[in-house]
Amino acid sequence: MDLVVVWALILVVGVIMYVVLDGFDLGIGILFPFTRSRQERDHMMATIAPVWDGNETWLVLGGVILLAIFPRAYSMLLPAVYLPIFVMLLGLILRGVAFEFRHRSPGSEHIWRRVFATGSTLATFCQGIVLGHFVGGFNFEDGAHIGGMWNWLHPFNLFTGAALVAGYGLLGACFLVTKSRGELREWARTMAMRLAALVLIAMAVVSLWTPLVDPEIERRWFTWPDMLWLMPVPFLTAAALASMWYGLVRDRTLLPFLSAIAAFLLCFLGLGISLWPYAVPRVLTIWEAAAVPASQQLLLVGVVIVLPVILCYTAYTYWVFRGPPSRDDGYGHD
Amino acid sequence: MDVDALLLSRIQFGLTTAFHIIFPTMTIGLALFLAFLEGLWLKTGREVYIRLYRFWVKLFALAFGIGVVSGVVLSFEFGLNFSGYSDFIGDVLGPLIGYEVLTAFFLEAGFIGIMLFGVNKVGPRLHFTATCLVALGTTFSAFWILSANSWMHTPAGYSISAAGYAVPEDWLAVIFNPSFPYRLLHMVNASLVSSAFVVAGISAWCILRDREREAMTVSLKLALAMAVVAAPLQAFLGDQHGLNTLEYQPIKIAAIEGHWETVSGAPLILFAWPDMELERNLWEVSIPYLGSLILTHTLDGTLVGLNTVPAADRPYVPLVFFSFRVMVGIGFLLIAVAFAGQWLRHRKRLAETRWYLRLLMLVGPLGVVATLAGWITTEAGRQPWVVYNVLRTADAVTPSLTTGGVAFSLIAISVVYSAIMIVFLGVGARLIAQGPQPASGGGAG
Repeated sequence: MDLVVVWALILVVGVIMYVVLDGFDLGIGILFPFTRSRQERDHMMATIAPVWDGNETWLVLGGVILLAIFPRAYSMLLPAVYLPIFVMLLGLILRGVAFEFRHRSPGSEHIWRRVFATGSTLATFCQGIVLGHFVGGFNFEDGAHIGGMWNWLHPFNLFTGAALVAGYGLLGACFLVTKSRGELREWARTMAMRLAALVLIAMAVVSLWTPLVDPEIERRWFTWPDMLWLMPVPFLTAAALASMWYGLVRDRTLLPFLSAIAAFLLCFLGLGISLWPYAVPRVLTIWEAAAVPASQQLLLVGVVIVLPVILCYTAYTYWVFRGPPSRDDGYGHD
Repeated sequence: MDVDALLLSRIQFGLTTAFHIIFPTMTIGLALFLAFLEGLWLKTGREVYIRLYRFWVKLFALAFGIGVVSGVVLSFEFGLNFSGYSDFIGDVLGPLIGYEVLTAFFLEAGFIGIMLFGVNKVGPRLHFTATCLVALGTTFSAFWILSANSWMHTPAGYSISAAGYAVPEDWLAVIFNPSFPYRLLHMVNASLVSSAFVVAGISAWCILRDREREAMTVSLKLALAMAVVAAPLQAFLGDQHGLNTLEYQPIKIAAIEGHWETVSGAPLILFAWPDMELERNLWEVSIPYLGSLILTHTLDGTLVGLNTVPAADRPYVPLVFFSFRVMVGIGFLLIAVAFAGQWLRHRKRLAETRWYLRLLMLVGPLGVVATLAGWITTEAGRQPWVVYNVLRTADAVTPSLTTGGVAFSLIAISVVYSAIMIVFLGVGARLIAQGPQPASGGGAG
């Protein structure tokens, strides 16, 4: 198989890992403004405190694969979304420091819980804007971005930003269902159901709006006979959402979270179908954006050897911290 | 291209890297110190070691978290502000940074959870393994990022493609480029010196306030034992690094030394104001021949002057000149303090000598300051090049940036980082004031 295609798939896997893993822990932050007590917030924080750093590392991996393997795309894409990316980074910084600061300043919990919520929501909203801008297309002329630094300010992008906030919030609520008991779990279920309704609406709107934004996407989805092969994607997405709903109604522990992940994966598959084989939509294909083979080969050796090991110890960490956290193991280094 | 966007981008990158490097500088050394403490506890079973571990791991956690999130910023800033740079170096340096993520970031992130929160979930030996793996991760991280940084100073093992970007020819030559071994050892050792003095300064404060006097004396002795080896070693490593710079970046050395003309038997300039317009030093205080003696090991060795290259190819000399003197001045001060500590320890008066403990408190942060000054010296000394003699910083900046856009991001990140630094110092001070908690059973953490 073509090495560039292999790398495109590795990048997609990395981005999916990021969206699923950091998705639920950003989602915990998105839910924070709706919590009712400090004990609840302590519990929610404790469910992600041991793993958030690892989850965020997938974002760095994605960025660095783009730099190392698709440097032409990295250099074009980032400046085009300078402000959303920058604000996303600010959001990630704020929520990241809030973990320790909130725990170490019991007197200022009211400040740090807001910083954590704001940072998480802001980072997610900006990621959604970037995603929308990526789909909607950039303004490039001769490889350089034109149209100033506010070009991303488009209703479609703002909508995808809000949609992603609902989506990550849903992942967070479903994750919390697996990690809590009693009243908190009831609350998480209720939140998940409300967010699921919002996500369903958002998915429908984005699916109808996208072909309007980019006629080439419309052609890809609505041309016979390709349409036949692509039909299962929206149906499977609907099935995933239905199984999540069923899981929530029947108070299952794992089913809602796994179904929510499946729905996210299917959305990504849809996105991939819409944009393949572009690294910068309608401007650069993955082959045009790629680094020389020597660079792809060197890093591939590392990925083949190290990534399975990473997956093993990441799984081990999740296993060590399985189940709802008990009162005394929130912050072990007290 | 807007000159103002370039300047603001440079300020922003300098500020964000400088802020970031403070935290790894502390955590590389602290991680090793923690692994050492936990290992001692497992071996001897002495309770004092685990109490110290539990105290220092809190400060470590605080610094580690800020180091992680401020580091994420850097991996995107290459493309945000310097797209010409990322386009040029992506094929060559991208895979190196990729290896840093794979071998270091994931390792640290994977085991920091168990290290900080897993005390009651895994056995003591497994917990110790997690501490060691986190320490190993911080060192791997230094290896790869310093290799990539060194390549920007002494590029090797590459060629320029038809499209105008660097492509790899020989990976070993890229990774082990000429300045890399020196820079790696100098920086890792800088981290050991810096964290040793941070630990010593905080321990001294606790002893002076009579907080857990016995435990903190153990901690002070360990830190000073590290300092007395690492601080003099740093002078030697710095000298070797300097000789390497003389070979590959003579103009940087000329800026460090304040030499405008090429001369044999060059003096060592202790103080001066290097005037960029007049192309000479004002108010110079110097020692004859010593400059040549240090750098060429002969009295009449020839040193290249700044005026051998056009003014447009020179760095901003005063910044390089003074930051170097700050670094070296602190370096010698710390060597003296470390030796004084060993002498007092030999006389068994270490914990009783109050003036010395106060001195340790004062010099506690200076290792970190010297590390920052050293980075300013080497990075400002590389200018006006981003890749030395190959790519100019002015050609590396993103062409589409506007002054207003970068001004916005610069102000926003300055406000956020200032706030974080203030809270970090405040929360850190409170943790120190609480001191090590009395033993409460259980394992590490």
